[in-house]
Amino acid sequence: MSNQEPVNTFSSRIVVLPEANIDTDQIIPARFLTTTTKAGLGKVAFNDWRYNADGSDKDFILNQIDAQEHQVLVAGNNLGCGSSREHAPWALMDYGFKAVISTEIADIFKSNSLKNGLLPVVVDKATYDKLLANPQQRVTINLESCELSLEDGTVFHFQVEEFARQCLLEGVDAMGWLIKRLPQIEQYEQSNGKAA
Amino acid sequence: MTAKSLFEKVWDAHVVEPEGATSPAVLYVDLHLVHEVTSPQAFSELEARGLKVRRPDRTFATLDHSIPTLRPDAQGNRPYVTEQAKKQVETLERNAANNGVRLFGYDAENRGVVHVIGPEMGLTQPGYTVVCGDSHTSTHGAFGCIAFGIGTSEVGHVLATQCLAQRKPKTMRITIDGKLQPGVTGKDVALTVIATLGFSGGTGYALEYAGDVIRDLDMEGRMTVCNLSIEAGARCGMIAPDQKTVEWLRGREYVPQGEAYETAAQQWLALKSDDGAVFDKEIRIDGSAIEPMATWGTSPDQGAPIVKGVPVATNEDQERALKYMGLHGGDSRDVAKVDVVFIGSCTNGRMADLRAAAEIFKGRHVAEGVRALVVPGSEWVRIEAEKEGLDKIFTDAGAEWRLPGCSMCIAMNGDFVLPGQLAVSTSNRNFEGRQGPGSRTVLASPATAAASAIAGHVADPRQFMALESA
Repeated sequence: MSNQEPVNTFSSRIVVLPEANIDTDQIIPARFLTTTTKAGLGKVAFNDWRYNADGSDKDFILNQIDAQEHQVLVAGNNLGCGSSREHAPWALMDYGFKAVISTEIADIFKSNSLKNGLLPVVVDKATYDKLLANPQQRVTINLESCELSLEDGTVFHFQVEEFARQCLLEGVDAMGWLIKRLPQIEQYEQSNGKAA
Repeated sequence: MTAKSLFEKVWDAHVVEPEGATSPAVLYVDLHLVHEVTSPQAFSELEARGLKVRRPDRTFATLDHSIPTLRPDAQGNRPYVTEQAKKQVETLERNAANNGVRLFGYDAENRGVVHVIGPEMGLTQPGYTVVCGDSHTSTHGAFGCIAFGIGTSEVGHVLATQCLAQRKPKTMRITIDGKLQPGVTGKDVALTVIATLGFSGGTGYALEYAGDVIRDLDMEGRMTVCNLSIEAGARCGMIAPDQKTVEWLRGREYVPQGEAYETAAQQWLALKSDDGAVFDKEIRIDGSAIEPMATWGTSPDQGAPIVKGVPVATNEDQERALKYMGLHGGDSRDVAKVDVVFIGSCTNGRMADLRAAAEIFKGRHVAEGVRALVVPGSEWVRIEAEKEGLDKIFTDAGAEWRLPGCSMCIAMNGDFVLPGQLAVSTSNRNFEGRQGPGSRTVLASPATAAASAIAGHVADPRQFMALESA
């Protein structure tokens, strides 16, 4: 959550999960939330889609790809809905993802992702359809120019909240940014009868 | 003066530094609620920076998500689901002690589900900003608060600074006119709102619920409505305080007492959207047409009036949901057999909810083969319910009566639904596997859940009610 490695441009093949409304319980089921650290959650990312009850692999795409080669997850509309668990981006990043793409990404998941350097990219339906039409393709994401480039030459200009973008590009630490404002915070508390 | 919405009034009163093109607003947090699951990594972050919790007087912790709801054994050992769950609880106990944060732990008289105990103790007060590492924090909006769920990074930000970096969301007013039919509850209103908006219809918005139906709801019903805002994608939902709010909070432990309370109440009653306030979106729903609801799919917006049966799928997502649920479009709701009934959670684990369930259970028995679990939302609810004899009504009816906790809503404490079983639950999410791997969940009100336990299938509770003719 602090001092992220700056993110700028990277290229990777995509992996597609076309289901709509993939909630954070699917990304990491609640029974894995008793951890007190962030480490090692990649192995339970999409646990119930990946494994049978006896622990054996299901026929599921995340069991069949080289995670190093597929760092961009493309998912159906309303990705990351549901619970506020930050374990969801932690699990996806530990699995190897660096960006997620959907036509709509839920608010809290988007906010949590940005704070960890997992880039949420919201695209229009036409771009989404082009991604699905070639699910093996390699894409390039440039955060400096906010451009997503597809293999067919399509360039989609995406939006990222500007402060979060600066944090990612420059490795700015959001907690540190708030801590720098403690004098104003104290002033606010004094003026509004909220001092300790 | 420009007319302002309730949301804008509360937001503006908490802006420490306004937002600009390249920087978000610095928003002050009046109340930060903490639980064991989403806080350990935030406390670790503070520790790594050599920081302590800045305002322990505005930070309150409880144990709810991963704790067992079964009683400890004779030696006092609690039946944790795993050693790791126990370690997580101990981690919060240690973090709270090291930072001077009040923890409502096992020894406290009001441990409970975080969104039940906040209002119950009067920690939640009108006009506050309330955050918690939990998406159902929207519950506190029922008191005219801006209340929303945050991730663990942001939990750390609030612990360290009492502030968050936030962009102001858009606003949406949902006006529910008319008068609810007898037997229709806040949960049915909420499930109707979500079905109307869709699963992501509220994304990016702060909701305000208004209209006669909302005014007529009791505070518990309003909390249920606000609780489920996130199931339409909205981080927060709020209701203007009124005399009902003032009377409900009066005398609670953390609210001002005596004359100071009357002064506070006057300020609270001024917290409402001005005439002419402009919302980014407005929706109206006819409350008189709302009927007891039950979900049939795997997202909370996939719900319909029970009397209308299981709808026929109109797209692939719905087909997939029905297939997972083992339900068939066009069937009446009494076809599928129910295995489990869960009554509790931050959505419906309060006294009014348990009373509504008890009314149905009284003098009846759960159907053969149905496991029914009733879990109070807090110690206060447990004690109060036992005083009223509700526990006896539940156990006489063949239901289990447990200690407070999130329990089967999130199924991380050992209370879960077995693979393939169909549960009727008063909780908030019917996602695939939410109540245990392979579990199938139908969301409904406490009355409907109780009626379904008796009938052995999803049942309209009105058949078990002595309803006065409307």
